[in-house]
Parts: sequence; C-alpha cells; structure tokens
Amino acid sequence: MKTPIIEFNDYTFRYDAQSEPTLYNINLTIYKGEKIIIAGPSGCGKSTLISCINGLIPFSFRGQAYGEVKIEGKSTLDMSIAELSKRVGTVLQDSDNQFIGLTVGEDIAFALENDCIPLPEMTERVKGAAQSVGVGDHLSHAPHELSGGQKQRVSLAGVMVDEVPILLFDEPLANLDPATGKSAIELIEQIRKERGVTVLIVEHRLEDALQRGADRIVLMKEGRIIADCSPNELLSSDLLLKTGIREPLYLSALKYAGVSVTPEKKPGNIGEMVIDPEDSQRVRSWVKSIQKSAPKEKKTPIVSLKNVSFAYQNGKEALSGITSEICEGEMLSLVGKNGAGKSTLAKLICGFEKPARGEILLKGEDTAKLSIKQRAEHIGYVMQNPNQMISKTTVKEEVAWGLRLRGYSQEETEDKLNEILKVCGLYPYRNWPIGSLSYGQKKRVTVSSILVLSPEMIILDEPTAGQDFGHYTEIMEFLKNVNSMGVTIMMVTHDMHLMLEYCERALVLSDGKLIADDKPEKILTNSDIIEKAALKETSLYELALKCSLEEPGGFVGSFIEYERSFKGHE
Amino acid sequence: MNNFFNYIDRPSPIHKITGAAKLVCLILWTFAAMTSFDTRFLAAVSILGVILFNVSGISFKDVKAVLIFTFGFMAFSAVMLFLFSPEHGVEIYSTRSVICELPGKYALTKEQLFYQLNVLVKYFATVPVVILFVSTTQPSEFAASLNKIGVSYKIAYSVAIALRYIPDIQREFTDISRANQARGIEMESKKISLVKRLKNSAAILFPLIMSSMDRIQIIACAMELRRFGEKSRRSWYHQRPFALPDWAAMALCGVLLAISFLLFKVNGSRYYNPFI
Repeated sequence: MKTPIIEFNDYTFRYDAQSEPTLYNINLTIYKGEKIIIAGPSGCGKSTLISCINGLIPFSFRGQAYGEVKIEGKSTLDMSIAELSKRVGTVLQDSDNQFIGLTVGEDIAFALENDCIPLPEMTERVKGAAQSVGVGDHLSHAPHELSGGQKQRVSLAGVMVDEVPILLFDEPLANLDPATGKSAIELIEQIRKERGVTVLIVEHRLEDALQRGADRIVLMKEGRIIADCSPNELLSSDLLLKTGIREPLYLSALKYAGVSVTPEKKPGNIGEMVIDPEDSQRVRSWVKSIQKSAPKEKKTPIVSLKNVSFAYQNGKEALSGITSEICEGEMLSLVGKNGAGKSTLAKLICGFEKPARGEILLKGEDTAKLSIKQRAEHIGYVMQNPNQMISKTTVKEEVAWGLRLRGYSQEETEDKLNEILKVCGLYPYRNWPIGSLSYGQKKRVTVSSILVLSPEMIILDEPTAGQDFGHYTEIMEFLKNVNSMGVTIMMVTHDMHLMLEYCERALVLSDGKLIADDKPEKILTNSDIIEKAALKETSLYELALKCSLEEPGGFVGSFIEYERSFKGHE
Repeated sequence: MNNFFNYIDRPSPIHKITGAAKLVCLILWTFAAMTSFDTRFLAAVSILGVILFNVSGISFKDVKAVLIFTFGFMAFSAVMLFLFSPEHGVEIYSTRSVICELPGKYALTKEQLFYQLNVLVKYFATVPVVILFVSTTQPSEFAASLNKIGVSYKIAYSVAIALRYIPDIQREFTDISRANQARGIEMESKKISLVKRLKNSAAILFPLIMSSMDRIQIIACAMELRRFGEKSRRSWYHQRPFALPDWAAMALCGVLLAISFLLFKVNGSRYYNPFI
C-alpha cells in the first residue's frame, strides 16, 4: 500500500518581489520510499518547489501562496521550519557555503548542537552518520582539506544525523567531477535502500542522474509540471527536447540513426536498454554514412609550456614537468579532477603565479619578465562566476572599462566598444543595468570586457558550470563564434559533453602531471585515462559496444562529427 | 597565505587549553595589565607574554602583519600623547626634571618619558596575549567560550562565522584583484597616486561584496534548515570540560590580577613612582 509523504494540492506561489507566480497550480503526490528526479530548465521553478518542501517557503522567503503543501499528512503551515527540518533533510547545491562548521565533525553536529543534545550522545551520532557516508576517518579535517565530493558527503551526513524520512538534493552533480558525480548517485541509492527514505533529486543532467534509475521524473517548465511519469516513458517522448533539457547522448545517437525509442526498450538506462539486431544494423549503417572531415593542419603555437613546475608555499608540488603547446585558433579544454592542478596551470599561463621551474613562452618569447597587465594584452582570463568580475553598473561602462584604464581616447573607446558589443550580441542591451541581465548575458559581458582588449587567446574557468542546456548552448555557441574570429580559447572544465562537443583537443591533468593530450573522443574511450583523471566513460561508447560496432572508439568521433555538421546547418 | 588575524593550528600546550579558560585568562590578564601602572609588574608580565608566545609554537613571522600594524599604531599614539599632553607625567609623579627645553610650550621631562615608557610597556604586556588568544583558539571554540561566559549564542556564532570566512574572502579578494589587474587596473605599482589606488580598490570591492552577499544568503539558509536559532540554548561539539591545565592557567592569571591590586596598596596609587 503506497502512503503519500509529500502532497501538493493546487499549489500556487508568487514571491513578493515578483509580479508573476513562480509555481502555478502544482498537483503532485510523492509516496513513501520513492525516488523522484525533478528536471527542468533554469527558472522553471524546481528550486522553488524544493523550498516549499523544506520550509524555506513560507518561513524564510516571503510570498503569496494558494493551495496547500502537506508533509506526512500535515500542512507545512502548521509546522515550523525547525519541525520540518526533522522530516526533510536538504543538501544544497553549493557544498562550500553550506559547510558551516570548522571541521567535518562539527559540521555534522550542527543540527544536534542546535537541539542542545549533550556532548556524549552527539559524538556517537556524529560518528555514526559520518561512517554511513564514508567520511568516518575525516572527523577532524577542515573543509579545505576535503574534495568537493567529500564536502557533499559531509553535508549529507549533517542532515542524516536527524534520521529524516525525506532527503532533498539540489543539483548534486553541478560541482563534481564526472567520476565523483557517479559515486554520489550511487551513494544516494545505497542510502535509500538501507534506510527506506524518500529521495528527491533536482537535476538537469538527466543522463547522469538516471545512472541508478528513478521511479519517476517530474518535468517542469515555466512554473508548471508538464510531465510526471517513469523515465522510460519520458525518454521515449519528445518532451525533453521541447523543454530544453539534454537527452542522454545514446538516445540522441539512436534517434539520429532512425531507431524508434519506445518505453518497452527501457531507454532509461543504457545498461538495461534493449537494442534488437535491426536497431544495431541501423546504427551501423548510419555510422558508415557519416563523412569524416579532413584533419586540420598543424598551426603555429601561441603558448608553449616547457617543463613547467609549480609548488605551493608549503612545498607541496601542484604541477610537475608540464610540456605542451597551445596553437593559434584552437579551442581546447583542460580537464582532470578537483585539485589536479587545472586552475594552477591556467593561473601560470596568465601570469597570476610564477612557475617554480620551466619556461612559458608566448609566441616564442619568454614570459618570465612580463607583468600580469602586459601578459593580459595577449591572454585574457574569464573567471567562473561573472559576479566576481563585474565592477560597473551598466553593460557599456563595464565593457569599456579596460579600454579607459589603458588610456584609449574617447573616440577609440567608443569605436572598439560598439564593435565588440555588436559581435557579442550585446549592442541592444548596452545601456542596461547589469543587475537586470541573466546569468548567460552576464557571462557574455565578462567575455566581451576581455575581448575588447583584443587578446589573441582567452582562458575561461568553468564557462558553463551550473547552467541548463539552453544557457549552456547559448554560451558555447557564442564562444564558438569568438573562436571562429581567430581567438584561441582554452576552457577549464568538468563537463564531458562540453569537451566532446566543442573541443578539438583536451589536456588531461592528474596529480599535477599531464597524462593525456589528445582528441576528446579518444580520451573518453581510454579507460586508463578515465580512471586516473576521474572522468567518466561516455554512454556512446557503451552503445557502440551494444551494437557491436567494429570501432567503438571511432563511433564517438563520428557522432560528434555528425552533430557538428548538423548544428552548422541550423 | 598571509593570515591577518586568524587561528593557526600548532601542537602546543596553549592550544590544548580550552577556549573558555583561555578567554577567562585573557580577560584577567588584560584587566591586570590595564589597571596597573607599576613598571616592574608590567615588565614582568610582558616577559611572561613573550615566553607564552614561544611555548605556543606561533612564530612572530606568522603574525607579522598584525604586529606591524600594532607597532605602527603604538608609535603614532606615543607621538600624539606627547603633543597633546606633554606634562601629563609631571602631573602624575608631581616632580618636574627637565632634560631639555623644546620650542613653544614643550619640554622633555624625565617624568613624561617615564610615563610614556609605562604606556608602551602596557601595550607590550597586552597585545601579544590578545594575538596569542586569537591564533590559538579555533573560531568555533571561541564562540563556544563566549557563549559560556554569557554572550548570546547567536552573537557568539556570528563572530565565529566571520572569523571562519576571513581566509575564504582573502582568497577571493586575491583572485578578483588579479583578474582586474589583467584588465589593466594598477594595484601594486608605486607609480600611481594613493587616491587612484583607493579608487581602484573600490572597483574590486564591489564584486567582492556582491559575491559575499550571495554567500551569506546561502549560509543563512543552510543554518536555518538545520534549526539554528530555534532554541534559546545550544550545546557545542567543540566544548570541552575544564581540566587541570585550564584551572591552573586561570589561577595563574587570577594571581596576576591579585598582584596588580596588591601593588596599588604597596605603591599607594596605580603608579609606581621612582622620582620620590
């Protein structure tokens, strides 16, 4: 017998600061022990939905609500946020800032401290919760000694000390490298099985979230639920494409090949999916039909790294013996797990840090003597969060600022500014206040403010982190355009899709060493590198094996080739 | 990383004393040093402070920034003290032994010099222990100890959170400042005027404040979702019961305070007067 545990009855919510409701007439029942994935593009209301369940709405965020939300049969209005927190545990997206304590143990104990639990009992319960998520040996560690995945586990333990029956995860994969994301999904499944808790995962990376299955997917768009069905049913429909959510890559490939996807084929998971001989045949002939473009000729290097090493003040080596070249006009990515040295390498190239040994050449000349500013004439750096870069109040002022600082005349500034704003599609917004722009537009502003200084190369730190498919495509297509104007682009990223779709080349770092420098499709089909760099095998590879293709590695390349030619025509 | 005012983890007996005991010690110690003007006592307390510093394993290099700041401030206040009340020492010690006459109404007297020496020693007696307290007490233990001596836990915790996020914000500041230098802002160059440099710093502060606001919002939600502020009391994971060393440390500081009071009686006032 299924018992409802979360019920939304005709629920509508509008934030006080907004004129339109964020949620419209939500009717949703979630039963005890279910695992639900809530998907939808940014701004569809999925985070608001989560806030209605954990009590941030109506207790912290003010607004107008109609209808009711019941948790375990009791309206949330009749409870306090504290009472709700004993039923609903929330793991927020940002694992850095929800780490409140100074050590793992203290952070897990936070809720217990607030309940005034005496020390001996607290210590016991903290130990238990830490062990159940695999951080039992790290109780005295500080947050900066932990990896992103470990921090997330600590947050999870911090809500599990309460033995809550409902766990909410807000974009648990957003800040993790692919392999860690995979183990996070596995851990969630394991806890669900052991404790019989109800699990809600908000995530737009559907393919990764579905790795260990789900009972239902609730698809949201513009404040409404537009689908509430099993993964197999949803993936057989065209609703994902219509909503702007990326469908799993293996499904795209099957659809390109003309295979019809039905719920009976169990498309929810590549491992379980049924692919009959006829389908395999279709895939094989599709692959044959894809024409391979000629490899590009070797270009002149813009940055050459010669045996570059770097060590922190405490003597720990962050990079050792990196030798590579970045060529003019390339679009490449720098990947590897957290702490592998990706950001350090980017900072060395920009001159923010100095290498301990080795040389960095810029078009053949040693850069050791160049200041940050001088180097920036050639190489621009775009930080991950646009809010960290924007200092001015309007688009025009922000983009022109670098020019003014460099003492360009009013006329020159105006000319360059207008040119860049047009190229970047920001001209119509030039007088807008920055505050009224979307995240994607702000990102464009920061890229433009660097491009206006006409560097030959730009380095971007996680250009698409936390973005849904729509924004991701917007940002990446924009960068592709910039690249086609001749600007070399290097991106530090966790996103395997980004690397596959947009880069001709990827550098892979692991423990401060360069372990691969190859085409992304080659890297993502090499299990040795995948394991060392905490990457994840692409589902395309698995599909290729299932269809018994002769060259499973080549399949990934062909798929990318096909998608690029097809996107070019759009 | 240059820590301006922060916890530094080292294995030492001082680190092992509980936060609450250290806070009590700090209060007793500074009270003793602040009330007394007995040079001999202050000198002894200063020496004791330096010894404790050594014991703690914190080197002066670790806290260089704060020390430079304090010494700068000390020098400044010494000059101001002389400019505004050049005869204060004479009033206190009721004798006037002029060393040399200075322009205007100013004169250098032995009494004034001695008085200013006392003020200086006072700083030496207190500043190192304050730094010592901050750098040997974990912010959350500090919060727990503030709460133990009666400060509301909400206030105590916000102090701890502020201390805890200082290194993060410093790191972010460095990142933002470098990205802006790359855009052409001069920050470190000595060629530009102070006004311009201040203006440029303001340009970095804006994004720093914006991103700190985002951060605060998230922390506030995370805390609320785990019942912070629900009850009027809370327990502390990092709180430890007082052990022998804690009692010993507090007794020692109590004795210091007692001595300083005793000296009032012996000297007949707060001041030790070598001039009579």
